[in-house]
Amino acid sequence: MAKALGIITSSGTHVRVEGLQEYRPIGAFSFLGRYRVIDFPISNMSNSGIDRIQVYVRRKPRSLAEHLGTGRHYNINSKRGKLQLLFAEHNSENDIYNTDIAYFAENIDLIERSHLPYVVIAPNYMVYAADYSALLDTHIESGADITLLYHSVDNAKEAFLNCDILNLNKQKGVESIEKNRGSAKNRNIFMDTYVMKKDLFVELIHKAKKTSSMITLPQIVKASCGELDIRGVAHRGYFASVTDFKSYYDANISLIDLKAAQSLFNPDWPIYTRTNDSCPTQYFDGAEIKNSVVSNGCLIEGTVENCVIGRGCQIKKGAVVKNSVILANTTICEDVHLENQVVDKWAKITRGREVIADPQHPGYVRRDDIL
Amino acid sequence: MKQNNMLAMILAGGRGSRLHELTNKVAKPAVSYGGKYRIVDFPLSNCANSGIDIVGVLTQYESVLLNSYVAAGGRWGLDARESGVFVLPPREKADSDLDVYRGTADAIAQNIDFIDQYSPEYVLILSGDHIYKMNYAKMLAYHKEMKADATIAVIEVPMKEASRFGIMNTDENGHIVEFEEKPEHPKSNLASMGIYIFDWKQLRRMLLADMKNPDSHHDFGKDIIPDLLAENKTLVAYKYKGYWKDVGTIDSLWEANMDLLDGNNELDLNDSTWKIYTEDTPALPQYIGPNAKITKAFITQGCIVEGEVKNSVLFTGSKVGEGAKVIDSVLMPGVEVEAGAVVQRALVADSVKIGKEAVVGSADSEHIELVSKRVKGVE
Repeated sequence: MAKALGIITSSGTHVRVEGLQEYRPIGAFSFLGRYRVIDFPISNMSNSGIDRIQVYVRRKPRSLAEHLGTGRHYNINSKRGKLQLLFAEHNSENDIYNTDIAYFAENIDLIERSHLPYVVIAPNYMVYAADYSALLDTHIESGADITLLYHSVDNAKEAFLNCDILNLNKQKGVESIEKNRGSAKNRNIFMDTYVMKKDLFVELIHKAKKTSSMITLPQIVKASCGELDIRGVAHRGYFASVTDFKSYYDANISLIDLKAAQSLFNPDWPIYTRTNDSCPTQYFDGAEIKNSVVSNGCLIEGTVENCVIGRGCQIKKGAVVKNSVILANTTICEDVHLENQVVDKWAKITRGREVIADPQHPGYVRRDDIL
Repeated sequence: MKQNNMLAMILAGGRGSRLHELTNKVAKPAVSYGGKYRIVDFPLSNCANSGIDIVGVLTQYESVLLNSYVAAGGRWGLDARESGVFVLPPREKADSDLDVYRGTADAIAQNIDFIDQYSPEYVLILSGDHIYKMNYAKMLAYHKEMKADATIAVIEVPMKEASRFGIMNTDENGHIVEFEEKPEHPKSNLASMGIYIFDWKQLRRMLLADMKNPDSHHDFGKDIIPDLLAENKTLVAYKYKGYWKDVGTIDSLWEANMDLLDGNNELDLNDSTWKIYTEDTPALPQYIGPNAKITKAFITQGCIVEGEVKNSVLFTGSKVGEGAKVIDSVLMPGVEVEAGAVVQRALVADSVKIGKEAVVGSADSEHIELVSKRVKGVE
């Protein structure tokens, strides 16, 4: 069992994923058919032996509360472990004051009371696999005050535009943290993942509260770069940040490739989710499907190419669906032609409709919509 | 127990020896079916969906896997307070030596003390071997309405096949007047499904008497039912309509899987009002590769299909490599069909590997080929 309390954060006010986020926080977004984004950080913690986990949510907790339940499906010890869903009641009306610091501060007694000496903080809007117990060991050995996880990318000009970047010295010391403004292609993207002593974390919360009521955790850490020993640790393997609509679409589509998927999913590092007890998927005579990821409970009669299909979807005869992310319980009727779309849950595209977007600007069909 | 005062006992001790290697290490109720299920998921899910809270599972043959599998009652929602799945293998008792279950009736008789703890009014006896969906609450309502001492679920079978079953002959009111086990010249086509509702007090009395009878087979069909008829008790037939399969052989297990390929099949596993629950696995969704070709298939999570799948059922985590062909076949959990291999009219057992370019089964075989050992391919 790891000596750290797990903390999972929600995205800040600067992040907006059009459409989808109106209904739920990013952590509750359906991902790769059968998952939700938050399954990744929680499974990482659970697999790392962290079984006391606090999940913080800023707005719209309904779908997260439903998905997390008791946390039993995350293989968290049912007696010694705990999964708590927490939020800031106080500032929930006023978005700019509804910061991570606000929700930590409101629940600070719960954090302080934890008997675990460290905290591992990870976001509910990033998709990656990482062993936090190894990261904690690295942190302790290095003697650093704070360890931050980052991922080196070569496409920071057009991607990760809502993320922070770490500027590191040769010893992997963090010299500064700044917004990715897309000015260079090679960047160290900050994975919004921190390891530090619990006492330091509490201290930072108090300090932030005194500084401003709009300040956030990354901002107070950034402001501490001069006085604290903050170091970066590189992450390898698959990494995606779901921080705008395009990145959500791209992350799903990128994992259709089995090689990419194998860099995220490892049989020894299971990603858990809540089961829905759907039956297997039925492919009918005349179905044509290639290069796709399909969840259980679907009925497929049409043509599907380069798609991620959620649970319980129907793709009827003559329908052609390409390069799209179809969320659970969607119906695509006969002879529909759909390309480059994200179709939200329970939507229905009626017979013969053509819904085609430009590949660079995928379209979105709202939840429960009938087109 | 609160819900309907009926407790269920599932007979799950049989080997199912005509399933050959599939039941070498596990009892028949634990055999995989339908992509992600085990056969015993059906009676267990039916119990859960029918509002039965206490389910005893009587195990005997190769019970290690089955015991741990059914004991996790939470899988079927049978884990609330005053609810549960209880594994009941033969056990040593203070007043009797350890003895195997000598027959279906003896298995229940040896667990009278278990049933008595809950003092149910009714006991439902089920088989762990059958694939079907049934609302036992409706059967109980019929039992009460008919003021029966015992109610037996029956299904109409084709007359020419009736001599393979236990046949119930009934009068015009649905009262059973005669029971014939595998009759040469059947008088009716109502086959017993091995599903019985008894008034517990009556059954308890019969079981105690049967235990002492040295000439008894200790079997419900052969002894208890005829004894009740001889006593002029009210036995009624409850007619079930719908999908029901006893998969006794490799051919019939294969066929029951093939039934699922018809989108309008009667079993309708996609019905969200009567779900069949099973073990949850952390497998990925199914991966369909860029060169895959799939027509008429039933495929579940964890599968990776890079080749061709036609008219087949793929169980959890099975893989079909590039250029491989799987036709009219069933791949059990974890089967790997490597690149270029061809599998036709076969049932491939759990975790078996079919090597590169190997060929198993044939399109015109009379019987389905059971593949239970690794098949070497070209190196």
